[in-house]
Amino acid sequence: MSIALRTLDDGAWISINDSRQVSVSDVWSLTTGAFCDCSPAYVLLEAFVDVDIDGSIVVVHAVGQCLECGTRDSIERLPVGRIVNDDFYPYDPEGVQWLVEPDGERP
Amino acid sequence: MPTDVEHWKDELYGTEIRAEIERFAEEGWESIPEDERDAWFERFKWFGLYHQRAGQESYFMLRIGPPSGVLKPGQFRRIVEIADEFSRGPAENPEFGNGWLDVTTRQAIQLHWIRLEDVPELFDRLEDVGLSTVQACGDSWRNIVGCPVAGKDKHEHVDAGALATELNETFKQNEAHSNLPRKWKVSVTGCDEGCGQGDINDLSFEPAEKELNGETVTGYNVRVGGGLSRNEPRFARNIDVFATPEQAVDVAGGLSALFRDHGDRENRYNARMKFLVDEWGPENVRETLQADYVDFELETAGDDLRESYSYNAGDADGKHDHVGVHEQVDGKYYVGLNVLVGRIGVNDAYEIADAAEAYASGEVRLTQRQNIILTDVPEENLDALLAEPVFEEYSPDPHPFQRGSIACTGTEFCSLSIVETKNRQVRYARWLKENVDLPDGVENFHIHLSGCTASCAQPQIADVSLRGMKTRKNGEPVEALDIGLGGGLGENPQFASWVAERIPADEVPGAIATLLENFAAARDGSESFREFVLERDDEELADLIEPEETDYDDPYMHNTKRTWYPYAEDDDLEASPAPARADGTPIPSDD
Repeated sequence: MSIALRTLDDGAWISINDSRQVSVSDVWSLTTGAFCDCSPAYVLLEAFVDVDIDGSIVVVHAVGQCLECGTRDSIERLPVGRIVNDDFYPYDPEGVQWLVEPDGERP
Repeated sequence: MPTDVEHWKDELYGTEIRAEIERFAEEGWESIPEDERDAWFERFKWFGLYHQRAGQESYFMLRIGPPSGVLKPGQFRRIVEIADEFSRGPAENPEFGNGWLDVTTRQAIQLHWIRLEDVPELFDRLEDVGLSTVQACGDSWRNIVGCPVAGKDKHEHVDAGALATELNETFKQNEAHSNLPRKWKVSVTGCDEGCGQGDINDLSFEPAEKELNGETVTGYNVRVGGGLSRNEPRFARNIDVFATPEQAVDVAGGLSALFRDHGDRENRYNARMKFLVDEWGPENVRETLQADYVDFELETAGDDLRESYSYNAGDADGKHDHVGVHEQVDGKYYVGLNVLVGRIGVNDAYEIADAAEAYASGEVRLTQRQNIILTDVPEENLDALLAEPVFEEYSPDPHPFQRGSIACTGTEFCSLSIVETKNRQVRYARWLKENVDLPDGVENFHIHLSGCTASCAQPQIADVSLRGMKTRKNGEPVEALDIGLGGGLGENPQFASWVAERIPADEVPGAIATLLENFAAARDGSESFREFVLERDDEELADLIEPEETDYDDPYMHNTKRTWYPYAEDDDLEASPAPARADGTPIPSDD
């Protein structure tokens, strides 16, 4: 079965198979240097711009703001969950995440 | 590449959606194929139905859009009856109970917890009294806003009500204009107070005069490309066009068609008219309108009335809203009533409808400050009307902190919001009223709370602008607000400066209290707050705000978006009773 991925509601949600799964307004913790110099960076996702799948991992392009230093920037490839047997398993925003590098170069 | 939404609209959009809504309603929520839900919910918006947020699946918000907010006799009561019967949720709101209606900043009414199965019945009952939900949401002509006291107002120069009605009749369910790249918000102002708030709309008609063939003609100047959303606020730009009342519909149709044909259908973030005006410039918009979309010679702009605009203007003089008792042109009175954050419980709403019918014409009109107006009150009925107990709360003479409060829907129901808003704003207003004195002579002080950058509470045009955010406090993420100062409309509109960011929501009342103390101490004579802000740079302004905890208590500091309903005893998403069948029984998940 193919996976339907899209942003919804003016970028407020990531919809996976017609179900709203990942929301803006969650605070994601990102490793040092992935977004700004804060360690870790607590980043509020403000809007989703795009969504893609990298192997089994759902990655998003979003705009966010660091709650400590105030940096506002785009996040190119934030992993937000995995597809296993056509079901989506979201990652915990509070767990430290890394950014998925393109072309399979992720750590 | 066109977006998914454009594909869905190409397949089916506009008036054809009605039959599909009725089919799904007949067969029940579960009949909507799971892999088509995003598409159908997008289409349902065109008929004013907005699927509520995650945790509230199968429940809808229903929006009713009367042009210029005018509810004719009987229409308000019908909406109250519908809210009473159909708009009740599985849990109570601690401030508002269960069963209410929300007056919006675009002069519409929103009802929540609507079940799809009830919608055909609701459509019938609304249409029975001449009301409609058509194009209240979706990518088309939204509710046309304008002077709510058109036809009765001593400040009126041109009959904005007539044009708003004509535009509504021409462009609602009009196939040529039913599928636009994005929403299309139109305002018609006819008064010298600027209460249509045209500057923040995609298309604005504003009162003007022009010398034509030796005669002074009253009509409209035209502006385009205003809007507040997505951290990209714009005031509508003057395209140097004057339209007579007879030409205005053609000009509106031409501009709507121009947006239809040239708006960005590949990127919804870039699809609003404001971005097209950014790209083209107002001169090119005018030239293209003239060349391709109207078949008469456009007149250049006439003399406008902007220098007297006072509505939501933040200046010391003039009428800032419609609240209070005001004489009409026919010698009767209209009574503007304050509705705190726009929400009216059904029992109160019945009493308001009773009073409107007993002492006035039965009309109820909605304003862009989320308030209501009862029109056509004979002078001899004023005392008896105002003695009705319900008007102690919905007062024509409210405290400035209550009068100035606006709040959007927030995480209670909205997918976009980052924070809880309406209950919080009620609590803010209550605390400020009890604990903070306004400086001498300050009778209007507007505080607008918007849950996100969509800006439905119009935060950028308030004295104090509050916008939903998050921060960390004691190591935990908590709901927070950015604070902006000094916004307002008027002759020279100004967006608020965002001078303090990520203030924990429970420290905001303390921040406003210190701000007002500092304003009172440093103010020059009777200077208005907006003038005071204009005189200072952002750094100086930031120094005036000292966020601090007070005895204000905020029960919504947690992640309210991660609840099924922020006020439920067990608010965990897992405890959600949604989705539910028509009788309210939860539908078990497949897992």
